[in-house]
Amino acid sequence: MISLNVNDAAHEVDVDAATPLLYVLRDHLALNGAKFGCGLGQCGACTVMVDGRAVFSCVAPVGALQGRAIRTVEGLGTAEKPGAVQRAFIEEQAAQCGYCMAGMIMRAQALLEQRADPSDAEIRDAMDPSLCRCGTQMRILRAVRRAAGYLTAAAGGTSQRASR
Amino acid sequence: MARGLCRTAAGSLLLAALAACQTSRAVQQQDAVAPGFDPAVVRRGGELAILGNCISCHTARDGKPYAGGLAMNTPVGTLYSTNITPDSETGIGRWTEEDFFRAMEEGLAPGGRHLYPAFPYDHFTHVAADDLHALYAFFMTREPVHAPPRDNRLAFPFSMRGLLAGWNMLFLHETPWQPDPAQSDQWNRGAYLAEGLAHCGACHTPRNMFLAEERSRPYAGGEIEGWDAPPLEGTLAAASPWSEDQLFEYLRRGGDDAHGSAAGPMQPVTRNLAQAPEADVRAIAVYFASLMRTRSTTGRESSRSEPPAADVDAREAGGMDAGAALFNGACAECHGVNSPRTLAGRPLLGATTSIHADSPRNAIQIVLHGIRPEQGQRGAYMPPFDATLSDSQVAAVLSYVRSHFGGGAGWRDLEGEVGRIRSGR
Repeated sequence: MISLNVNDAAHEVDVDAATPLLYVLRDHLALNGAKFGCGLGQCGACTVMVDGRAVFSCVAPVGALQGRAIRTVEGLGTAEKPGAVQRAFIEEQAAQCGYCMAGMIMRAQALLEQRADPSDAEIRDAMDPSLCRCGTQMRILRAVRRAAGYLTAAAGGTSQRASR
Repeated sequence: MARGLCRTAAGSLLLAALAACQTSRAVQQQDAVAPGFDPAVVRRGGELAILGNCISCHTARDGKPYAGGLAMNTPVGTLYSTNITPDSETGIGRWTEEDFFRAMEEGLAPGGRHLYPAFPYDHFTHVAADDLHALYAFFMTREPVHAPPRDNRLAFPFSMRGLLAGWNMLFLHETPWQPDPAQSDQWNRGAYLAEGLAHCGACHTPRNMFLAEERSRPYAGGEIEGWDAPPLEGTLAAASPWSEDQLFEYLRRGGDDAHGSAAGPMQPVTRNLAQAPEADVRAIAVYFASLMRTRSTTGRESSRSEPPAADVDAREAGGMDAGAALFNGACAECHGVNSPRTLAGRPLLGATTSIHADSPRNAIQIVLHGIRPEQGQRGAYMPPFDATLSDSQVAAVLSYVRSHFGGGAGWRDLEGEVGRIRSGR
């Protein structure tokens, strides 16, 4: 049995320790936000957060993740009460097909928890490992900037960087 | 590390004594020169600057090209690269051609100030006058950027530039480079480039206690920024020897099908060489293929002896099983036999240099940080695993890989090494 902490909830799953987290999330925990895009750690559609850092859940064996804090997009908010990053992505209409979105949102969340006020170059660099094939990258970047503003405002500060 | 530092400090005292005997020349700084450069010469200079990879050190992350400011961590402290745009106040805009030659050949800035040999003038001293002329034309026609130099953070006594006069006396060999009449033109072209502009020995040759290259052991391997630069003189423990074509592929494309991808400090080198004149890259490949043949390279003596006691204990404690499980979940999708990547022609791990190396350092770096092409560029991509795997888990995986893919005797203190590399020590 593998013990996992996902979105602050404890779970026990009866899977092989080598099973990548993505399949456990989707097949055992019904957390279907993270998507299978390649299974090779190349596309980012499976991105979730582990101990505050963005990881590809398709190449993260659950045997390595016991005792770690795992967060998925479902843990950021709901349709009725979206989190700051989700709200920004909705307002910028960053999704076309939506397949990359959960991964993009989690990667953005991880970035903004590390860097409250990232530069445009830092945002591009941080988001680089997540691929979008529909072509909404500019909206995604705007959404990340918008989310940075929301999180900074919520913390009581103002953004030092002008949005372009 | 502390022991190495003490030796280097002792070396510096010796250099101070030598420096006292050497008077630095005071050079008159001239007014800004009006450039009128032949476009063909400028273009030639651009090609040479690519071969010299000037841009990688002289550009800060997210900085303007050639405006300097890149931090370089050395065993004696942190140095920042200088602004070599033709800005007249903060760059080299006021440098005459003579000033430029002096910097490249002797490591002296106008006014007699010594430059640190992190700027590899001990290699550039071999560059022919025509090529230096073209490089000068190239740099004088770049976009000037106002970017004042950052102060180096070197511990005393390394902060004293005067010591370099002594260092130069001992280690700067200004003899002009001579072709070897017994070798082909192509070989000689490769040798001229490698020894001079491309400064390969700056990473791939071990350094003595004065941090100068050991001339008696050229290309015997070195280290740079936490990575091992493998030996290039034939002692490399590779699964298969490197041919000229494979070296050319590697340098030009950033990887070859028989040995794998360039990683770490070799990535900016291969990115640059992708744009260099093809004949020049091929010449460099010919040169090093020839050096690598000087000793036997066909597979290393495979070690059938018992592994060191520590590794046997790990196996018996189930360490290998854990490693196999982690490999299957984290690595096998790309690196397992019959994975899509290996079917598509990627080499198996057993073919890669890092798995066969005596030190696990490069393998650890790659597992922790992955391999990433420059943003927006094509290239091999391997995800990082530093956020997924703990030190003991990385050690378990690499222990499994080393053994399973025939790398050689077990690596010692793997977990400790992972911890040190992760924290940047």
